[in-house]
Amino acid sequence: MPKGTRPVPQPTPETQHFWDGTREGELRLQRCDACAHVYFPPRPFCPKCSSREVSVFRASGKGKLASYIINERGHPAWDGPYSIALVELDEGVRMMSNIIDCPQTPEALVLDMPLEVTFERLTDDITLPLFRPLAAGGAQ
Amino acid sequence: MTSVAIVGAAETTELGRIPNTSQIQLHADAALNALADAGLKISDIDGVATAGESPTAIAQYLGIVPTWVDGTAVGGCSFMIHVRHAVAAIKNGLAKTVLITHGESGRSGVGRGGFRRGGGDGSLQGQFEAPYGPIGPPTLFTLPVLRYMKDFGMSHEQLAMVAVVQREWAAMNPRASFREPITVEDVLASRMIAYPFHLLECCLVTDGGGALILVSGDRAADFPTKPVYVIGCGESVETPMVSQMDDLTTSRAFRVAGAAAMREAGINHDDVDHMMVYDAFAHLPIYGLEDLGFVKRGEAASFIWDGNTRPGGKLPLNTNGGGLSYMHSGMYGMYALQESVRQLRGSAPAQVKGAEISLCLGVGGMFGASGCVVMSNVGP
Repeated sequence: MPKGTRPVPQPTPETQHFWDGTREGELRLQRCDACAHVYFPPRPFCPKCSSREVSVFRASGKGKLASYIINERGHPAWDGPYSIALVELDEGVRMMSNIIDCPQTPEALVLDMPLEVTFERLTDDITLPLFRPLAAGGAQ
Repeated sequence: MTSVAIVGAAETTELGRIPNTSQIQLHADAALNALADAGLKISDIDGVATAGESPTAIAQYLGIVPTWVDGTAVGGCSFMIHVRHAVAAIKNGLAKTVLITHGESGRSGVGRGGFRRGGGDGSLQGQFEAPYGPIGPPTLFTLPVLRYMKDFGMSHEQLAMVAVVQREWAAMNPRASFREPITVEDVLASRMIAYPFHLLECCLVTDGGGALILVSGDRAADFPTKPVYVIGCGESVETPMVSQMDDLTTSRAFRVAGAAAMREAGINHDDVDHMMVYDAFAHLPIYGLEDLGFVKRGEAASFIWDGNTRPGGKLPLNTNGGGLSYMHSGMYGMYALQESVRQLRGSAPAQVKGAEISLCLGVGGMFGASGCVVMSNVGP
């Protein structure tokens, strides 16, 4: 996968902890101190109860494939068809990502297959969380 | 005052590929056609609502001095929401004669303003979706459907059937972009765009526009057109990021907007003679039918497969051919409204005999927003 042509995220003060985490090889989520709700994407308050008392924690990095498409029309950052996936993390939040170390085919990309996070460095500041099949990459 | 009526409705003179007309002129062409339809002059208009262009730009370009404006822009259902807001404005005396315009040079890109696309930026979409390679709606709006297919056992053939049935309607419509009959096999053999969506399960990209004029129902008899009364409306938004939908198999915005519109109209599902569900992609009618309760969860694909929404079926749906076969400029909601008005005026190319109540459901963004309008040709 050619690097450097993906759109590069620009962190904001409210999301900086997430991108600091991926740079250090951690997937960080937030949990409400008042109601224990775990949420994503980042913000400095709980979207369920509006409490400003929230904490950042390291997520398991484990999840499953909730849904996906395979883009056949091409993108400057990919050589051929590639999957855009929705990953349901074990902590209960859903995030968009790509599934790597796996053929980009309907036969190989099976809904609900277990996944684990892996990291791809884009720039000095930004490392993206990607996912791979748990069996293929092995548990950490 | 108890009601508001649509007394002017028109699309652009041409639809499809209009390379000689800028986007703002598409708004104007539709507006001038709607004024002619209603027998009004531009100086009669005192309220302006639009999306895609600003109401400021539209008012200045057309020469309107409005006392009320609405620039709600939440995607393709913005026009359904404009109808709702216009009803409230007219009922409250904020405006007497409201013009709602749409124009979009979706295919030719003539005079098109800066629509924001998800680049790598500081927005939440820019940070948490754009890096993974989405390129427009075909790679985003489509994302939830595999989840739906697994949870409810919908087949690829059933998804393809949505496009087949809508082509049957389009075949009766001289203004439809695609009119040749197609089969499920044709759909599944068409080019893969974003698995599991084939080309024929994705909407067209065309140029065009449309406009509506609304007044108090008390004035409806003063106009040359058969009045179409707005009897119920609803609106909602859910998320600008498809990845953050509450549930990938149902649209919360559809449920909220649809229930509000039906409640206000005081109707049951059996009362609906004609229905439009904004179909940017083939799964939209499936979600719409279920989220508004016309069928139980998981039953919409069979409902369509069994012929209930095709010509002669008990719930005629997307009778202009829809975004899949009629036209789709980018914000298709205006064309769905236009078809509801034509059906209730009795002037549709594929006319549903005796239709009295039409329900028109719009979507904005990628399941991001919804507006729903229930109309009737029977006065209050």
